[in-house]
Amino acid sequence: MQFMLLFSRQGKLRLQKWYVPLSDKEKKKITRELVQTVLARKPKMCSFLEWRDLKIVYKRYASLYFCCAIEDQDNELITLEIIHRYVELLDKYFGSVCELDIIFNFEKAYFILDEFLLGGEVQETSKKNVLKAIEQADLLQENMKDKGYHFIMQGINDAHLQEKVE
Amino acid sequence: MPAVSKGDGMRGLAVFISDIRNCKSKEAEIKRINKELANIRSKFKGDKALDGYSKKKYVCKLLFIFLLGHDIDFGHMEAVNLLSSNKYTEKQIGYLFISVLVNSNSELIRLINNAIKNDLASRNPTFMCLALHCIANVGSREMGEAFAADIPRILVAGDSMDSVKQSAALCLLRLYKASPDLVPMGEWTARVVHLLNDQHMGVVTAAVSLITCLCKKNPDDFKTCISLAVSRLSRIVSSASTDLQDYTYYFVPAPWLSVKLLRLLQCYPPPEDAAVKGRLVECLETVLNKAQEPPKSKKVQHSNAKNAILFETISLIIHYDSEPNLLVRACNQLGQFLQHRETNLRYLALESMCTLASSEFSHEAVKTHIDTVINALKTERDVSVRQRAADLLYAMCDRSNAKQIVSEMLRYLETADYAIREEIVLKVAILAEKYAVDYSWYVDTILNLIRIAGDYVSEEVWYRVLQIVTNRDDVQGYAAKTVFEALQAPACHENMVKVGGYILGEFGNLIAGDPRSSPPVQFSLLHSKFHLCSVATRALLLSTYIKFINLFPETKATIQGVLRAGSQLRNADVELQQRAVEYLTLSSVASTDVLATVLEEMPPFPERESSILAKLKRKKGPGAASALDDGRRDASSNDINGGVEPTPSTVSTPSPSADLLGLRAAPPPAAPQAPAGAGNLLVDVSSDGPVAQPGLGPTPEEAFLSELEPPAPESPMALLADPAPAADPGPEDFGSPIPEADELLNKFVCKNNGVLFENQLLQIGVKSEFRQNLGRMYLFYGNKTSVQFQSFTPTVVHPGDLQTHILLAWPSPLAPGLPSWDEMDPGRDPSSALLPESLSAS
Repeated sequence: MQFMLLFSRQGKLRLQKWYVPLSDKEKKKITRELVQTVLARKPKMCSFLEWRDLKIVYKRYASLYFCCAIEDQDNELITLEIIHRYVELLDKYFGSVCELDIIFNFEKAYFILDEFLLGGEVQETSKKNVLKAIEQADLLQENMKDKGYHFIMQGINDAHLQEKVE
Repeated sequence: MPAVSKGDGMRGLAVFISDIRNCKSKEAEIKRINKELANIRSKFKGDKALDGYSKKKYVCKLLFIFLLGHDIDFGHMEAVNLLSSNKYTEKQIGYLFISVLVNSNSELIRLINNAIKNDLASRNPTFMCLALHCIANVGSREMGEAFAADIPRILVAGDSMDSVKQSAALCLLRLYKASPDLVPMGEWTARVVHLLNDQHMGVVTAAVSLITCLCKKNPDDFKTCISLAVSRLSRIVSSASTDLQDYTYYFVPAPWLSVKLLRLLQCYPPPEDAAVKGRLVECLETVLNKAQEPPKSKKVQHSNAKNAILFETISLIIHYDSEPNLLVRACNQLGQFLQHRETNLRYLALESMCTLASSEFSHEAVKTHIDTVINALKTERDVSVRQRAADLLYAMCDRSNAKQIVSEMLRYLETADYAIREEIVLKVAILAEKYAVDYSWYVDTILNLIRIAGDYVSEEVWYRVLQIVTNRDDVQGYAAKTVFEALQAPACHENMVKVGGYILGEFGNLIAGDPRSSPPVQFSLLHSKFHLCSVATRALLLSTYIKFINLFPETKATIQGVLRAGSQLRNADVELQQRAVEYLTLSSVASTDVLATVLEEMPPFPERESSILAKLKRKKGPGAASALDDGRRDASSNDINGGVEPTPSTVSTPSPSADLLGLRAAPPPAAPQAPAGAGNLLVDVSSDGPVAQPGLGPTPEEAFLSELEPPAPESPMALLADPAPAADPGPEDFGSPIPEADELLNKFVCKNNGVLFENQLLQIGVKSEFRQNLGRMYLFYGNKTSVQFQSFTPTVVHPGDLQTHILLAWPSPLAPGLPSWDEMDPGRDPSSALLPESLSAS
């Protein structure tokens, strides 16, 4: 995957993840053009389109458009399911996620994405594992303040080892 | 309502975001942002050190502002400070900031790399993952240099956690893509391949992506992955939906991993080992079989996942191109999808079938679906789907269905999107030429193309039709007739006029017998379109007119009248003006034989690579080259060059029809040495300059040429007594030229330099140069004897109305020795120079 954009029906960008090096100017240009192109599509049209030399896969969930740019040889249908899996992850984490959750907790959206995709490739497809990793981070934060921290770290290490044995 | 973030409530951030959202206008938003930026700036610069939480909050705010689209030029230092915190969320925000706002300050980079190094060495998997994520997100060369050696170690170390291994694999992938030279192959490659056997599916997933990329450049290093991949794949495909637990997605076992494994296998040819191959084929068949089974779930996710695997399987089958049975099955499966309810599937089926069409095993099978595809072309509402259908028609075209497909594509062209018209025109042109059995059909098709989408018919296309008509005698008459009829349409496209003009100019005689298309009728038809056309077309038409004068002498007077008109002879465009003058002069001066030779019918064009195909490839980009490559077909049938490179005309303007002018110079037997076309020199040599003198008819020119003869040198030796066989004129007699004058002079029609006259005693050479309205002519005298010529006086006689400068500079005794023309420098050597200058430029 080359990049993923999330934007509202009004064209406001809610999340942007770039997996290729581009200058800020180029990013803004691409975003503008692509948002326009996708927003102009009618509902019944297919989820794929060709744009420049890339394939764009997009899907609308409520008021948010999820838009991924993949290369020529990548599989479009599986990308659609990548989008869906990401939405499921957000949904599980936030509990019935809506656009506002992503606006106010944008950093969490990035963290979740990083656990799921890395460098443009799918990293972990088990929903359980991804969410566990995120929740551990939250746990760490809450318990950071007291000396219980060290025990928690130990506990987490043990949990990893446990999983491996299973 | 705003949700308070889980884990840590950065209330300040939430409030700020609310404020921004409540801003009524862009100006208010900017104001609020600036206020916050000032606040943060002062906090960062402040005396008391900020605690971790506040730092995190402010850095997060800065990040938010940046993501809104505003530029941030500070905060990096604070973000880097956060990296060294022990608190996970502070680290997290720090890493997020620096991966989004990449900074090239070397000091900062050093600090960042240090922090990452610490985290990587910390043996804390969560910290290690954070660091790896950061490297993968930034992927800069500096990071690659710092860490490319460490990552493989972490990847294959036995005590690395699974999550760390996953992240390390994809991090390495990112670094490799960015700077492949920093990641040398080593003994770790074998261990990476072994990861395919790992228990943890996530690790396998990440490892497969890494191997897929690495093996493209180093196929041998990773060859062992094939059998491992096949066994993994067949285990997944044959597993029940409950086996893989959390890796089952809507009743489909490990769809992402399956797709990735299939992609990996496409990097290699079919496995050589029979057992492995057998297992793979079985696996592929299972996938194809499953597609026929009723779905386990109604959800679209289930069908998408299942079909994703199916399409990737088909891609693999196409890539191998060696199992006819599988290919045909794949084709049938796609055929079913062509009529599926879901648009996505129809789109993908059309796309996949395009690749299938180029395989010889399945080509026939693909053709059976032609009616469905044509229907899709007509009825699909989504333009991208229609476009895929058009692509597929192009790919599946062969001799048996060419006529049908071309007519369908023409019909599609009438209503097609403007953006894709040019591509369709090129494709139709290529198909029509390739599969034409009957060339009159080809001519009809191209003319139809021009009629329907004239604006998008590029030069390559109509040059091509002209070449083909020129090369094939059998279709010339038909072409002339059809083009004549087409021109009679009230509003015909300019490209039609171009094609028509050329064809009638060359082959109009073939239809001249019919009174409806008699020469005067042809001429007036063309001339009626004349002023509606652009300069290039008008130039082409002028060429046609002179050809008419040759073909149909009865039209000479009319056409000359047109050429003589002020609008032509004094036309603002240089090309048109030049052509008008030259053609007018040519028609008046040249005898019918000369005219016939000069305006002889075009010879057949040489065969060269089709430039239409080249243009189409350029348009589509490198990816589509395979679909267009008709390597399997006879590619050399009648491929003629699209744009014949003629001898360029240096003097005339580079208009498209300049080619034709240059080409016209080619057939005449006396191949011109000078770059300029024959016509130009005629004018230059004749008068005191180029087109400036309209009134200058043939007479002064002839006189000039005839008088450009070697004047009798006044020397004691009766030079002219010797070699000239005919009676020599006396020294004072300049009137009549020597008999060979014509022959000798004729060659200067086509060249600027050369020997004008030579006998045993004397050699006279001419060297002339012309630039715009200035011309310069040098006469060189060479003494072929071994004695000096005493009182050697050349005389040049010229028509009275030319003002000339004559440099009387030559040494009275002409020393022996022939000058060498190439090294002759007029300034140094004895010569007489004539410098005609035009008096008035019109």
